[in-house]
Amino acid sequence: MDRIPGFEGGMTADAVSSKRPKNDGAGASAASRNNAARPLVRFEGVTKRFGEFTAIERLSLDIREGEFFALLGPSGCGKTTLLRMLAGFETPDEGRILLDGADISGVPPYRRPVNMMFQSYALFPHLTVEGNVAFGLRQDGLPKDEIAARVSDALALVKLAGLAARKPHQLSGGQRQRVALARCLVKRPRVLLLDEPLAALDRRLREETRFELADLQSRLGLTFVIVTHDQEEAMSLADRIGVMDHGRLMQVGTPPEIYEQPNSRWVAQFVGDINVIEGQIVSIGADGMLIDSAAAGRIHLKQTPQAEPGGTVWVALRPEKLRIALDPPASTEANCIAGQVWDIGYLGDVSVYKVRTDGGLEIKAAAANMTRLVERPITWDDRVWLSWAPEAGLVLTR
Amino acid sequence: MSEKTSIAANRSWAARLVVLAPYAWLIAFFLVPFLIVLKLSLSQTALAQPPYTPLFDLSAGWQGLKDFLSGLKLDTYALLLSDSLYLTSYLRSLEIAAASTLMLLLLGFPVAYGLARMPRRLQSVLVVLVILPFWTSFLIRIYAWINILQREGLLNDTLIALGIVQEPLTWLATDTAIYIGIVYSYLPFMVLPIYATLEKMDESLLEAAADLGCPRWKAFWLVTVPLALPGVVAGALLCFIPIVGEFVIPDLLGGSGSVMIGQTLWIEFFGNRDWPVASAVAVMLLLLLIVPLMIYQHMQAREPESNR
Repeated sequence: MDRIPGFEGGMTADAVSSKRPKNDGAGASAASRNNAARPLVRFEGVTKRFGEFTAIERLSLDIREGEFFALLGPSGCGKTTLLRMLAGFETPDEGRILLDGADISGVPPYRRPVNMMFQSYALFPHLTVEGNVAFGLRQDGLPKDEIAARVSDALALVKLAGLAARKPHQLSGGQRQRVALARCLVKRPRVLLLDEPLAALDRRLREETRFELADLQSRLGLTFVIVTHDQEEAMSLADRIGVMDHGRLMQVGTPPEIYEQPNSRWVAQFVGDINVIEGQIVSIGADGMLIDSAAAGRIHLKQTPQAEPGGTVWVALRPEKLRIALDPPASTEANCIAGQVWDIGYLGDVSVYKVRTDGGLEIKAAAANMTRLVERPITWDDRVWLSWAPEAGLVLTR
Repeated sequence: MSEKTSIAANRSWAARLVVLAPYAWLIAFFLVPFLIVLKLSLSQTALAQPPYTPLFDLSAGWQGLKDFLSGLKLDTYALLLSDSLYLTSYLRSLEIAAASTLMLLLLGFPVAYGLARMPRRLQSVLVVLVILPFWTSFLIRIYAWINILQREGLLNDTLIALGIVQEPLTWLATDTAIYIGIVYSYLPFMVLPIYATLEKMDESLLEAAADLGCPRWKAFWLVTVPLALPGVVAGALLCFIPIVGEFVIPDLLGGSGSVMIGQTLWIEFFGNRDWPVASAVAVMLLLLLIVPLMIYQHMQAREPESNR
């Protein structure tokens, strides 16, 4: 399907220019920067309490026109509450929510140009697929033939053209998900909100649907805000990710920024797997810094954070950036820790080695399984050396 | 392997037995009695014990069977159709049943709706309160209503005390009393099925409706009511069918002016000792009630899983 019938009207010039390959951090951030001038949605110091519990605490966030924004966090972090405030189901106790520059705090959900796809899909069981998709347009009082045309376009878009007369209970989980999506898209919302849209699908379907969703978003040029607890989903779909915990935004950035430059131990540990080694700064020079760790010795890093010598910092190392070997590294450039393998997690494509170092640390190192291993080159209780280049590690000050 | 198949065979036998049990029950306590009543309705009254003919005489063999069959006549049904007493009685029963079912619906739906929207913990308490009257005998509760509705009863006392009326009103032996009694007695049968459908309704459906541009009052008609429809139909049938045949309430609270079909049946059976006509009244009543039941069945069959 090259043409997107019925949706041309809803596309803006900005949106067309935002067509880009997904999963490419550089491209995504460039596209986002183009639109940086104009936030479509703005949260200004928003606070939401449920009784004693503070769900959202003085949160400010800009979401740009045409971007795919993911709210990522553990369950109970407030991400769904934030989405529901945008949809109008919850009102903020403090602060303002702006859409296109206008405060929408007092606008009821049925008058907001925003549509939400529910985690449960919330399809009307008594209506057909067609009835479900047409529901929103009928509320707007559009003429019958326009409704019919837009509904069939939307159904074609999500590849459900032949199933218009079915009832929701006659559909598979994946098809129901598409109906829910079509029901939102057909309204051409300014912002499409997706609450854990793929959570109810099985793994294979989830991956397929993920690509379709990304493709749809870039073709339609709509602004998508997705809530998810699945970091893989956030990383692969979003232009930018907002990582949340306890009602606060911990970090906002592109997927590579979040993964490679987390701003805190919490973000580093929440997104992906990471080893954290505590140490004190010995010196900071032009070629990087030297850190002294009680458990891991001297660590050399090519990074100069804003910190004073003597201060406590944490060295963060992704398992895949560590090299594991049975011999000490030849290069004196690299950082190195010796230890003993005490557990191996075989994942097929990679193996994760848990190494207990001489200093008592537990470090994970991942190595691609490049050959079909019948006999493991490295096995339990082997003495190994973990090494990494000065560029591989990251210094975190909090 | 043979052991396995024998276990499977045993299981299927057990399963069949479980299925058969209710059928056996229905045959023994519904079909057989119904056939007896049907046969009675085709008989004639006689001054004898039992008070009807023909009687089936096994000892007479084939000839006895032939005599027996030739003795069966449709006279009673002819009487039912020719005497307007029966027709008015049937119509009055249907009228009262239809009107009170409507009242029950108008009263029961809001109650069920309110119940379903209460906090979870309160709901179970309130449901128990709805069922609570069943803990007292039905007859005693109707007698209590006589007490409330009589001339010097609680209702008139209250109305006079509040200054709404000066003189006591006549409640007992009126249609109003019948309606009060019926609506009071059948309300739980209307509330509970509707509550059951509303209670399992996904709250997010109303949010989805709002999200798609539908204000709350409109979502009630477009989403809540259609989804509650199976409960409404079930509740209406649970009320309508027994109300048509209701005997105790009109007999104790109603007047003697016109009677419902249940009362007519009682008079024929115990008053006139006319078992054949009483049986014919019962058979006709059954046929009358099967029609709405078949409509309900048809609706159920058409949308077997509409509310999953």
